[in-house]
Amino acid sequence: MRDSAISVEGLWKTYRIAVNGEETNRITEAVLNRIRHPLTRIHYEKFDALKDINFDIPWGEAVGIVGRNGAGKSTLLKLLTRVAAPTKGVIDLGGRVGSLLEVGTGFHPELTGRENIYLNGSLLGMNRKEIKRRFDEIVDFSGVEKFLDTPVKRYSSGMYVRLAFSVAAHLETEILAIDEVLAVGDAEFQRKSLQKMRDVARDGRTVLYVSHQVATVTALCTSAIFLDRGELAYHGTVEGALSRYRDTFEKFQTDQREASRRPGNGALRFTRVAVADQTMDPDDDKVIEFNVGANPDVVGSYFVSCHINDANGSVVVQCDSRLTGNWFDPTREQAGTLRIKSLWLKPGRYTVDMFVCQSGILDAWEGADAFEVLPSPPYPEVTSDEAMSHGMVLSDFSYEATS
Amino acid sequence: MSRTIIRPPGRLNLPSLRELWEAREIFYRFGQRDILLRYRQTAVGVAWVFIQPLVSAGVFTIVFGGIAQLPSGGVPYFVFSFAGLLGWNLFNSIISRSAGSLVGNAALVSKVFFPRIIVPLSGLVAVLLDFAIAFGLFVVLLFVFGINPGWPILLLPVWMLLTLLLSVGIGVAAAAGTVRYRDVSYFLPWTLQILLYATPIAYSLEAVPANLLWLFNLNPLTWLLEGYRWSLLGQTAPELWQVGALVVAALIVFFGGVAIFQRMERSFADLI
Repeated sequence: MRDSAISVEGLWKTYRIAVNGEETNRITEAVLNRIRHPLTRIHYEKFDALKDINFDIPWGEAVGIVGRNGAGKSTLLKLLTRVAAPTKGVIDLGGRVGSLLEVGTGFHPELTGRENIYLNGSLLGMNRKEIKRRFDEIVDFSGVEKFLDTPVKRYSSGMYVRLAFSVAAHLETEILAIDEVLAVGDAEFQRKSLQKMRDVARDGRTVLYVSHQVATVTALCTSAIFLDRGELAYHGTVEGALSRYRDTFEKFQTDQREASRRPGNGALRFTRVAVADQTMDPDDDKVIEFNVGANPDVVGSYFVSCHINDANGSVVVQCDSRLTGNWFDPTREQAGTLRIKSLWLKPGRYTVDMFVCQSGILDAWEGADAFEVLPSPPYPEVTSDEAMSHGMVLSDFSYEATS
Repeated sequence: MSRTIIRPPGRLNLPSLRELWEAREIFYRFGQRDILLRYRQTAVGVAWVFIQPLVSAGVFTIVFGGIAQLPSGGVPYFVFSFAGLLGWNLFNSIISRSAGSLVGNAALVSKVFFPRIIVPLSGLVAVLLDFAIAFGLFVVLLFVFGINPGWPILLLPVWMLLTLLLSVGIGVAAAAGTVRYRDVSYFLPWTLQILLYATPIAYSLEAVPANLLWLFNLNPLTWLLEGYRWSLLGQTAPELWQVGALVVAALIVFFGGVAIFQRMERSFADLI
């Protein structure tokens, strides 16, 4: 008998993807297809979301699972929590697994806070006695005691999320799986949640944490797993996994410099994209220069689009040249400048994606360039950080007393 | 501490009774949720449970008893059709509720693990409560019309159990089918609608012409409804072969349905 919290041996997860869109979810179509093409079997392409994963996790560890989008992080968590079944391999779990996959899953808007605590608690694997014993703690942690008998549809989104997180955080399962949910609530609640998760690991239980946010992984985890395109590329210290993670980011960016590796049909490609000023103040104009090659075979004119992404990969703003009526002639090389005015970005690192499009995408250059916004507040007064900590962007605003 | 070993799904996945027992709280909470939700933010609330069977029985009385002048074996037509509807509604509601239950709870199914069969089964709680209320109403009707069904009423739980086996079997299979093929949710209500008229619910077997009787006797629901009317109204008992065949059919449908469900269970999260 083993003594690890989680042992995984030769784990594979393969999805079948039908090619030529032949898969259907209607019986009639499935039957018709069979009649029309009695001899051709539906041709499936296999996609390995996880390839031969092996690891052992001892008790009392908080393990971060990091990787780019589509590396298989969420699939791995789904298999470990038994939501989906593996295709090959064995998972050996040393106890019950509680999952905190998405905040509020299992909450019903019409039910009151109290009823939802019981419903959600039972779904997450607690029995009635456990919920009763933890009830006061859950309510206390969430800070919604005044609204316990109000249907949760009347809750503010903050209250909703806090209550949902509190139920899950008080699970007494031996293993706890968390998918990207610690980023909820205000700064104070986030700090409390993180502390709670650390306590869980200190109790000798095991925490699995999937995230894009490097900061929380560093703050919470004692070891980490790095997944790369479905393969386990690294298992060890947090620093080791994160440095591998960052390396692939850079590798991805260098790869993208080579036009043929980029998505899009390739009829036209960017030859250059550059942010004019690599470091800027929040209220500076963002100027991006670009060059596109020529292709006389392309019919009609094309437009370009630009995304600015923050460090978490969220798109902060999209600038589509159709909106300003700018169309470009594909028969000759084009050089252009995009100037984004009155967008005040918060301090941090941003990446730029550029696209050449007609009816489809001709070139998609993700991470074409990056720039840094310096922490120099564009406001006349200096005050505590808290005054700027909420919101995605900053803005040019003014207050006026009218009475 | 017991360890859990997860392997790729095999051909036959029997539900683990231990896991089902541990998840009984979910069953209870789902049932409670159904009941609470039904009456929250409704104007007449609980009255719906009374209004529905009364109005249906009333319409059947007017159409079959009044307009078509069909026989009802000596009891007032209203009580006769109410008794039939009692059995039919139990069967019909369980199937309809289970069939869409997995897709209706798609967010849960794709995010949290628990024995999936609890989702369609939990519909039973609300349906059985409706049955209890409608049955109370029926007892009142028996007294009002002075009908004494006699000792066969003690066998009512047997017919109920057989109804549950049949409808749960069909219901869980339909729930699993809906995950893969959404047309189950169009096909099923239509089939149930046809069955409502093809089964002697609002009319008695007496009204069926002798040359068509064999067709009706092929339908297990006919045997079941005969049983209900024997227990509830004291009319002619179903024949012994009918009861025997009913038990066999109910068991086959139940285990068949559960087997289909369990076989597909572990792919739900990938398909839904």
